[in-house]
Amino acid sequence: MVTKVDARTYDTTVEITWCAGCGDFAILRALKLALADLDIAPHEVLIVSGIGCGSKLPDYMNANGYMTIHGRPLAVATGAKLANPDLHVLVVNGDGDGYGIGGNHFVHTCRRNPNITQIVENNQIYGLTKGQYSPTSDAGFITTTSPDGAIEAAFNPMAIALAAGATFVGRSFSGEPKHMAEIIARGITHQGYALIDVLQPCVTFNRVNTYAWYRERIYHLEEEQGYDPSDRTAAWIKAQEWGERIPVGVIYQAEGVPTYEEQVRAMEGGSPAGRLLELAKASPTEEYDRLKEQFV
Amino acid sequence: MADAVINDMSILIGGDAGQGIESSGAGLCQAFARGGLQVFAMQDYRSRIRGGHNFYQLRLSERPMYSHSNPVHLVLALTAEAVPLHIDNIAPGGAVIFPEGLELDEETCKERGVQCFAMPLASIAEEHGSRIMTNTAALGAAAGVCEWPLSYMEDIIHQNFQAKGPGVVESNLAVAQAAYDLARQRYATAFRYKLQPLDAPPRMLINGNEAISLGALAGGCRFISAYPMTPATSIIEWMAALPPELGVVTKHAEDEIAAVCMAIGASYAGARAMTATSGGGFSLMVEALGLAGMTEVPLVVVEAQRGGPSTGLPTRTEQADLLFVINASQGEFPRLVLAPGTVEECFEAAWRAFNLAERYQCPVIVLTDQFLATSLRTLEKEAIDFSSVIIDRGELLSAEQLESLEDGYRRFAFTDSGISPRAIPGHPKGVYAAASDEHDEYGHITEEIENRRRMMDKRMQKLGAAAREIRPPKRYGPDQADLTLVCWGSACGPCREAVDLINSDGGSANLIHFSDLWPFPAEETASMLDACRRTVAVEQNYTSQLARLIRMSTGRSVDRTVNKYDGRPFSPEDIVDELR
Repeated sequence: MVTKVDARTYDTTVEITWCAGCGDFAILRALKLALADLDIAPHEVLIVSGIGCGSKLPDYMNANGYMTIHGRPLAVATGAKLANPDLHVLVVNGDGDGYGIGGNHFVHTCRRNPNITQIVENNQIYGLTKGQYSPTSDAGFITTTSPDGAIEAAFNPMAIALAAGATFVGRSFSGEPKHMAEIIARGITHQGYALIDVLQPCVTFNRVNTYAWYRERIYHLEEEQGYDPSDRTAAWIKAQEWGERIPVGVIYQAEGVPTYEEQVRAMEGGSPAGRLLELAKASPTEEYDRLKEQFV
Repeated sequence: MADAVINDMSILIGGDAGQGIESSGAGLCQAFARGGLQVFAMQDYRSRIRGGHNFYQLRLSERPMYSHSNPVHLVLALTAEAVPLHIDNIAPGGAVIFPEGLELDEETCKERGVQCFAMPLASIAEEHGSRIMTNTAALGAAAGVCEWPLSYMEDIIHQNFQAKGPGVVESNLAVAQAAYDLARQRYATAFRYKLQPLDAPPRMLINGNEAISLGALAGGCRFISAYPMTPATSIIEWMAALPPELGVVTKHAEDEIAAVCMAIGASYAGARAMTATSGGGFSLMVEALGLAGMTEVPLVVVEAQRGGPSTGLPTRTEQADLLFVINASQGEFPRLVLAPGTVEECFEAAWRAFNLAERYQCPVIVLTDQFLATSLRTLEKEAIDFSSVIIDRGELLSAEQLESLEDGYRRFAFTDSGISPRAIPGHPKGVYAAASDEHDEYGHITEEIENRRRMMDKRMQKLGAAAREIRPPKRYGPDQADLTLVCWGSACGPCREAVDLINSDGGSANLIHFSDLWPFPAEETASMLDACRRTVAVEQNYTSQLARLIRMSTGRSVDRTVNKYDGRPFSPEDIVDELR
């Protein structure tokens, strides 16, 4: 097969501001590998992010990107996908952005099923604001805003995504960029919304959930005899696992579910962005004139 | 009986929510409009589905009208409560039609010269159809006392009930006829206000929200995301009901933040996209407004104001968000604010907003309110002129232009105008990343001093160019007058009718109306105000926000302010009374 892109196509010379050892480097690397593997060129993809360390990722890639505001990239991405479904639309944001301030959009995107892949850089802490507990911090986690230990139970993105109707729920780990690239590629190939939660150590502010901490606990679902990601009940059990053992891989995938945009009747004859190019040349004034009759 | 007054009256239908006040009112409007009369109709309703007094007020004339008018001449009271609520607003010689058996304070009515026309509406309905046709009987009775030909009502009955089958149509026709005959026979001689059909070309009956929707559609808008909020909801509803072949994607989002962000995403990806909301929803959209400003993404937001603060008066009108929308969001970035005053201006503002948003790559806010958004007016079909609509996408790079780029695409290039040629994602040479952080010409995040200064200059410079497209306020009435009313947005209608009332009564007044408010047309305003003898700002708010904006931008003060903040729109008579 003749390919047009390799991973280096996505490189830029922009200075990366992440801390040495940050789990985000692996995500950047894995994303480039996945896109190259799928032969998607930089102009064919749109990477939307929010605000936070990990949301700077689009700045470090040669691709269409939009670094938006805190918590809102899924909504911006949904608008972009509906305006031009030909773009491969991805969302990259952190656990605070995706599950905290953006929690409402997360839940509704799961049930909406647009063909968007979301990668959540989940380090269980707020990094850019220098170390406050996040929605995914385990109960008891001590930070500057939880000096006596976090009181709330941790947000379980896998279970919530499943419950909300997500058609692809996966998890990977920054210590395994190749595995992550595979899961991301599967997410992009999936027709519908795909959540990929990436366990991503914050080497500066999270001294609990380190590379070693995750490595001791993770195991691969693809190595589990007989695990079938299309089995919703089995997936629900795996989605609860956290603590001693943490599953990575594709926890759940429902294939053949129509995407949101496939079901929008107004998009059958073209996309909003595509139609505008035609409208700017000539408007269907006769069709518009007919609309006036409803007011007469 | 005094001389007949022909084709110059107002009718009010009052009753409980859930009694079909709105559909009865709309039916009457259509019947009169199809008979060649001009109609202006205002709705007054509460934020509840059932119960509570609602009313629908129609004004009828042979000339175009821009406002409702008080007092009214005929009240159709479907509940006893409707009479005391409106008795002070019925002209002497006017009348109340009410269901026989309803206990009415006939003494008070007599004192005020208001006639009481009892009608066995329910028994007519029962005899010729069923009890639920009581409203049909009331409408028939109204036509009877005004001696308006029933045939126009019959057309509307056919239209509204044909889906329910010929039996329902026939019964309603019989009910209307019986009520018409009885009302005419009993009361027509005593009632001096008469309505007569005119030969006129068919006119539209249209409100501000519908005119905005038509304008947006014609302006190439093919994406609207919104969250339901009175009084803006009917915009997305109207768009959602369009034939799918027109290709308008409508997205009812999970909240207003998602709604505005979806519109921004769609616009970034190359569509003309909008959202529509009221003040509360706009409050939620404020942060994203800054995103569009910073990343130079065109965005159109319709803000149909209602009574605030907070939930306020959800179904009522106010003009108290002007300074808010001009200043909303942290930091400084260019935006435009249009405040149409009439349905014609709503149509034009909508398509114009998309051109301005793409030319200046920034948010454009179309500011209306409940009064303008929901009041119906007859309008010549030609007034909505689709052939006048221009789609100008501003500095947008074509595929050919992108192809010839040599040193990479600088999305935020420094230019003389401050406007950087825009590429829609999807072309190999037009790849860039936009950031809500401060960024360089390529879009990369930077906090570098010189770049920050130049980027701020670049963005804000667009406002100077945009100011040249802003329309100065319009004068209505004589060039010179003793008194000049100053208003904006929907107050235009009542104010121009107030000017007419003052001048026809031997006074001397004119009007300055603002429809484009930001960037503020300071120079023209200053010279117009300097030529005035005495100025009064008439605003539907507490703090005279336009007057403050004028003072801030021009150093000129108006001589007096008239304010109304009870959620009910100004009538021309309210304004005249205040000025006495």
